[in-house]
Amino acid sequence: MNYALFLGCTIPARLTQYEASSRAVLGALGVELIDIKEFNCCGYPVRNIDFKASMLASARNIALAEKENLPMLILCKCGFGTLKHADHILQEDPSLRNEINTILKKEGLEYTKGVEIKHLLSVLYHDIDRDTLTKKITRPFKNLKIATHYGCHALRPSEITHFDDPVNPTLFDDLVALTGAESIDWEKRLDCCGAPLTGVNDDLSMDLTEKKLANAKQSGADFLCDACSYCHIQFDTVQGIMNNTTGTNNSLPAILYPQLLGLSMGIDGDTLGLGENTIDITSVEKFLSE
Amino acid sequence: MFYSISLYIALAIFIGGLIYKIAAWLSYKIGVDSKNIPTSKRFSSALKGIIVTIFSAKILTLIKIVVLDVLVQRKVLKEDTFRWVTHILIYGAFMLLLLMHALDAFITSAIVSDYSATLNPFLFLRNLFGALVIIGICMAIYRRFILKPPRLHTNPMDIYAILLIAIIMVSGILLEGTKIGSYSLYKNMVTDYAGIEEGEEEFTALTAFWVDTFGTISPDIKAPFKDEILTAGKELHEMSCAGCHSRPQWAFIGYPIARAVKGAAGGLDKAGVHTMLWYLHFLACFIGLAYLPFSKFLHILTSPVSLLANSIMDKNNSDPANIATRQALELDACTHCGACTARCSVGIIVEQRGNVNILPSEKIQSIKGMVASKKQTDERERRLILEGTYLCTNCHRCTDVCPSGINLEDLWVSVREDMLQTDSPEFSVLSPLSFYRGLIRESIPASEYTRPLIKAREAIAAPCDLMKAPDTAVPLTLANKELQDSLLLSDQAATFSACFGCQTCTNVCPVVAAYENPKEVLGMLPHQIMYAAGLGIKDLAFGSQMLWDCLTCYQCQEQCPQGVHVTDVLYELKNLAIQNVARTGESVSG
Repeated sequence: MNYALFLGCTIPARLTQYEASSRAVLGALGVELIDIKEFNCCGYPVRNIDFKASMLASARNIALAEKENLPMLILCKCGFGTLKHADHILQEDPSLRNEINTILKKEGLEYTKGVEIKHLLSVLYHDIDRDTLTKKITRPFKNLKIATHYGCHALRPSEITHFDDPVNPTLFDDLVALTGAESIDWEKRLDCCGAPLTGVNDDLSMDLTEKKLANAKQSGADFLCDACSYCHIQFDTVQGIMNNTTGTNNSLPAILYPQLLGLSMGIDGDTLGLGENTIDITSVEKFLSE
Repeated sequence: MFYSISLYIALAIFIGGLIYKIAAWLSYKIGVDSKNIPTSKRFSSALKGIIVTIFSAKILTLIKIVVLDVLVQRKVLKEDTFRWVTHILIYGAFMLLLLMHALDAFITSAIVSDYSATLNPFLFLRNLFGALVIIGICMAIYRRFILKPPRLHTNPMDIYAILLIAIIMVSGILLEGTKIGSYSLYKNMVTDYAGIEEGEEEFTALTAFWVDTFGTISPDIKAPFKDEILTAGKELHEMSCAGCHSRPQWAFIGYPIARAVKGAAGGLDKAGVHTMLWYLHFLACFIGLAYLPFSKFLHILTSPVSLLANSIMDKNNSDPANIATRQALELDACTHCGACTARCSVGIIVEQRGNVNILPSEKIQSIKGMVASKKQTDERERRLILEGTYLCTNCHRCTDVCPSGINLEDLWVSVREDMLQTDSPEFSVLSPLSFYRGLIRESIPASEYTRPLIKAREAIAAPCDLMKAPDTAVPLTLANKELQDSLLLSDQAATFSACFGCQTCTNVCPVVAAYENPKEVLGMLPHQIMYAAGLGIKDLAFGSQMLWDCLTCYQCQEQCPQGVHVTDVLYELKNLAIQNVARTGESVSG
């Protein structure tokens, strides 16, 4: 299985452990990741300002993958949602597609039919043979309680993202359960992490984050698990800032799914970048079976 | 005499220019942090920093950088082999020419006691290095004018640089070609070194030998020659000339040129073309020297300094005075090579926005212009620069690939933090582009942090009079068809007119739920905005804070029983609200 790995802007600059752990896990599962250096911004951050600029950025990425005839594997949920949305519109709106292709053709690119756009979790869930995956899990967790955070831009709008049932999703819980951890039920699991308003309305953003973390903690979680660069930075780096500034400490460390999966596959914590998280998560290793 | 005078003038301009530049590096203020640091403090901090670094373990890092980044240029190699070969050819061979040929009186003569420019290996090497530089120049021209990578801009400075080196090289080889064929130069040499005058028998023999084997063109002594004359000539040659003259065929560019123009050699010689070429050659070199501090050639000095400084400095631990100086110097370390732009994450959107300041390579040039200009940069230009610094995802790629080691990302942050405080509002602060700014908020004073956000929100709400008079009765008939018609970007116009006001969107909105008094804080709630949009009431659709506090979590859209694309409509209203205020802003200022 070959995929063009789409990292986006945030992961290489501020969340290298997400890339490292994903590569380690996918490598061990026999997935080949192809790097396309020319990939650019997914378009998500500029959609508030300029829809067409956002579409153009998305379309260029898809066209680059199309040129290589590769499906895209996306780690970030916001990037995933934006690319899916752009793909949908490019297929539905021929006049916009032509307008964008006129620009892309200047550098020898073209969006014609698009490519498959998949999130890391969908690839692990749908594309990897389940037996292969199960066999690789050599050190399952014991007594570890995980609060899964689905991430808005993967779930919704479901008619475009086709990620899972938007009301009662199970995909991520199943993947967490594979590692031996228990995926707990919690009220706010489908809510927003707050990241889209970081830097825009920080009080509101942190308020939402705080409520989510408190709810997960009250529901008995040892860790929150996510699979999105924005969500993770919100739950890790921003939670760190919150702990410093407000003094309230609802501290619930967040772990990236490939870090969790990697540990259960016997991959060492350094390779998975455990030490790079702002809030210490190394205690998760205590839950690993011998 | 003319040579010396022009050399001294060029040197004086060069030194004056350098002093002027150093003064600029110590006085230009970029960013908020540099505002209150006087030049004297920056001078003493720079000196102290340099001395402390040289006598510390950091010197090892510096040596590594000199080898890998300055000499081998691994950053260019990693990004683009073609560009690396181009640059190594131009800079490597030019440096060798400079040391071996231009400075031969000081360097080569000191090393090799019987040095002569017309002797091998120097004769051959000069041609070889010249050829390498010319190949490099051709590659540079090919890249900029034929290959034209997307979004690579070529400015007059780039053209002057290529042109100047090309003139130096071409005049040099033509000079050599015309000298090889020149009869008058030959005669003078024979008089000076062999003591033989034209008309003497020995002169004929020597000339015959030179015409036969050295390509000299004589007006009257022409092949074929008898063997004994050539033998006699060869003896004379070995006695008087061979010590300084290798066979000119080793000049593998100069010699073919001499042969190619041999028919016209007499005329060229009489017209003194080789003298003219000599003037052209050394004047071009001197102009290059004088122009260096004011051109992109300055990077020869500034890029290594920038690479070294950035390898040992960082935002958190270095003296702010030195960071201010480094950022000013970095503006002169940019070679406008375009590596940053080629890798810029948002470079593509310049095709839609039309603002070249989105591209890092152009943005740094504009910032340099703004910082250096004595008069105020006009407001429109400043707005474009500010937008350019904010339409950036802080992905750090420009900084990672910059062959001059410029910390471009820090530069954008410094410039924009300053401009966000003083300039007209920048609307892209109300987007996830602010995510990075949110993460570094602890490094920005609280009031300065929120001011640009408030400014942007207020400016967008300002033209929306209806929002300010909440008690006004609004007629429930379509007020403005124009608004509906403009919401066509992603096909939502049809969807929001289906809204029947059930308020599901508002009820499921986590932002609404976060406030006890959402209407007061947010102005309009999602269902009201849909309704306002349906009725075409611009003021209510654009003026609500709800637009900017929307998380884009898509709960509303997912759950709308009528299939209204609520989140997508909000997205689009944000675009239109910004266009609306940008338009009014322009009509007010223009």
